[in-house]
Amino acid sequence: MDLSSFDPVVLITTMMIAATPIMFAAIGELVVEKSGVLNLGVEGMMIFGAICGFMITVNFDSPFLGMCAAAIGGALMALLFGLLTQYLLSNQVATGLALTLFGLGLSALLGQRYAGIKPPSTPKLDLPILSDLPIVGPMLFSHDFMVYLAIAIVAGVWATLKYTRVGLILRAVGENHDAAHALGYKVVRIRLMAIMFGGACAGLGGAYLSLVRVPQWTEGMTAGAGWIALAIVVFASWKPWRVLLGAWLFGGVTFLQLYLQAAGLDVPVEYLSMSPYVITIVVLVIMSADKNKAAMNAPASLGKVFHATH
Amino acid sequence: MSIKNYINPNPKDDRNPLALFFLSPGIWLLSVVFRLEPRPQPSKLWSIAAPLLAVVLTMIAGGIMFAALGKDPLEAIRIIFWDPLFGDFASYSRPQLLVKAGPLVLIAIGLSLGFRAGIWNIGAEGQYIMGAIFGAATGLAFYPAELWIIFPLMVIAGAIGGTLWAMIPAILKTKFNTNEILTSLMLVYIAQEILKSMANGLLKNPEGHGFPGSRNLAHYPATSNPELIAGTGAHWGVMAAIIAVIAAYILLSRHILGFQIRLTGESPRAARFASVRPNLLIVICMGLSGALAGLAGLFEVTGPAGQITDKFNVGYGFTAIIVAFLGRLHPVGILLAGLLMALTYIGGELAQLQMSIPAAAIQAFQGMLLFFLLAMDVLTNFKIKFGKEAA
Repeated sequence: MDLSSFDPVVLITTMMIAATPIMFAAIGELVVEKSGVLNLGVEGMMIFGAICGFMITVNFDSPFLGMCAAAIGGALMALLFGLLTQYLLSNQVATGLALTLFGLGLSALLGQRYAGIKPPSTPKLDLPILSDLPIVGPMLFSHDFMVYLAIAIVAGVWATLKYTRVGLILRAVGENHDAAHALGYKVVRIRLMAIMFGGACAGLGGAYLSLVRVPQWTEGMTAGAGWIALAIVVFASWKPWRVLLGAWLFGGVTFLQLYLQAAGLDVPVEYLSMSPYVITIVVLVIMSADKNKAAMNAPASLGKVFHATH
Repeated sequence: MSIKNYINPNPKDDRNPLALFFLSPGIWLLSVVFRLEPRPQPSKLWSIAAPLLAVVLTMIAGGIMFAALGKDPLEAIRIIFWDPLFGDFASYSRPQLLVKAGPLVLIAIGLSLGFRAGIWNIGAEGQYIMGAIFGAATGLAFYPAELWIIFPLMVIAGAIGGTLWAMIPAILKTKFNTNEILTSLMLVYIAQEILKSMANGLLKNPEGHGFPGSRNLAHYPATSNPELIAGTGAHWGVMAAIIAVIAAYILLSRHILGFQIRLTGESPRAARFASVRPNLLIVICMGLSGALAGLAGLFEVTGPAGQITDKFNVGYGFTAIIVAFLGRLHPVGILLAGLLMALTYIGGELAQLQMSIPAAAIQAFQGMLLFFLLAMDVLTNFKIKFGKEAA
C-alpha cells in the first residue's frame, strides 16, 4: 500500500466537491421538514434534476441555464408530491417513495440519448489574488460557483430560520400546524412553498452530480445520495450549520474511500465502496440513540397530515 | 366576495409576491372547484374502485408518454396489456407471468404486514439479495453432492439470510430508535456491494474461466428450482407465494397477531391499551418481510436467474412496494396487483422488442401507477364536494 501520495490539498478539494450535491439536497430537505413535511422523494428529485440539468446544458451549451433547469425540474417534481400530500392528503411516506421510483424511471427514460456525452465544463472561480495563493488558493478559492452557492444557501437558510419572520412562521407551521392555522397562516400554501424549495435544492444537487462531479449521465447515478441527504438532516438535528458539517464529513469519507482504493489497500474494493452507507447507518444510530435529544429537535408536526375543517 | 379577496383575504400575509403569482391560480382553482369532507368510515366501494381507476388513469397518462416518445399509444397499450396474454407469442410470455409475479407477490405480502402496522421496511431489495447469497452459498457448499435434503436446506438458509438482514434495521429501531426507513434502504446498497464481492470472489465459479458469477445452480438437480407444471412457469417460488397469500389472509383475519398488526396501524394508542408490545411487533413484521424477501431471492437464484452475478437483482424489492400499495395491503389484492405488475414487465419487454420503447418507460409507468393510486385514495377516505362551501 502506497501512502506517499497523500495530499491535504486534494483531500479538502475532493471533500468539498463530494459534499456539495448532498449539501444542496440536505439543506432543501431541512426546510421541508422544518415546515412539518417528510418528503422521502429526495432521491427522485435529485436524479430528475440531474437529467434536466444535463439535457439543457448539453443542448444550450450553458451550465448556468442547466442549473436553472435542474432547479425548476426538481421543484416541479416536488410540486407533484406537494399536490398529493397537501391537497389529496395522501400518505407522505408512500408518496415520497412513489416520487423516488417515478423520478428514477422518468430520468432513465429522458436520459436515453445522453449516455456517454461529456457536458461542457462549469466555469471555476478565479479571483485575482486569492485563487493564486499557494495552498489555500486551490483548496478554497478555485471551485466552481455551485460549491459556494451551496454554502450560501446553508447560511441563508440559517439566517432566515433564526432571524426573520418568514423563518418563524415556517417553524410555527412545522411545530404545530393547528395553532398556526388558528393564527391565520396558510399552512398548506407555506408547506407547498417549502416543498418546492426543497425540490429545487435537490434538483441543483443532482445537476451538480451529472455536470461537475462525475461529469456525465448514467442511469441511477445518484446511487443513494438522496437517502444520505435525508440521513444528514437527522444527523444535523434539523440545524442548518450541522448540515454543512455532515455533508463535509461524508465528503471526507468519500475521499478516504477513493484514496484507499487508489493506494491499493488490501481489502476488496466492494468493502470500501460500501463504507459511506455503513457510516450513514452508524451516524444515524448515534444520533437517535439518545431518545430525548432526538425527539426534542424534530419538528413536532413532522409527517402529520393537516386537514383544515373550517 | 371577489375572486381577488378569496385568493388573498389578508394581503399582509404574503411576503413573497412571486410565489403567490405562480401558486395562487392553482390554489384558487383547487379551493373553489372542490373541497374534501372526511368520511366517517372508509368507503368500501372506493377502496376497490380506486385502484382500478388508477390503472385506467395510468394507461391514459402512459399513452400520452408513449405518444410523446413518438410511438402509437394505442398499439403500445395493447402490446403491454393484451399481447402477453393473448397475442402471437402468448405461449412464450404467459408462463413468464407467474415467474415474474411470484417474487413480487412473495415480497409484497411480507411488506404489507409491516406497512399495515406503520413499520416501513423499504429495503426488501437488500433482503432479497442476502437470501439469494445465503441460499446459494449453502447449495454450493454441498457441490457436487446430489442429496434431496440440499434444496430444503437452501430454502431455510435463504429465509435466514433475508431475516438476518431485516433484523439489522429492526434491532436498531427497537434498541436505538433509529429510523428504519433510512437504515433498511442503506442496507440495500451494502447488500449490492456484498453481492458484487461474492460474484467476483467467494462464490465465483472455479471452472468459470475467470468470468464473474457463481456456478449455475439451475443446472444441478439437487440445487435447482424447476418448473413444476410444464408450460405454466410455476416453480417453488410461485407455490410459496400462493401459500404466503393464504397464510397472510388467515393471519390478518383470524389470528391475534394479525389483529394486533391492524390495530397498531389504525391506532397506536389503542394498541398500547390492548397490551400490544410495539417492539416485538417491529421485530416480527420486519423478520417476516425479510424472510419472505429472502425466500424470493433464493427461488430466483435457483430458478430463473440460475446463478449469483453482480446484476442478479432487478428491482423486485422496490416494485413490490408498488404491488403492496396497489393491492391495498390486502393479500388477495396483492395477488392481483402482482399479476398486473408482472404483466407490465413482460409487456414492457415485448414493447421494447416490437416498438423499441425503452425499458425505462416501463419503470416510469410503474411509478406513475403508484402516484395515481395514492391520489385516488382520497376518494376512499373523503367525499368530494364541488363548489364553494355554503358559508
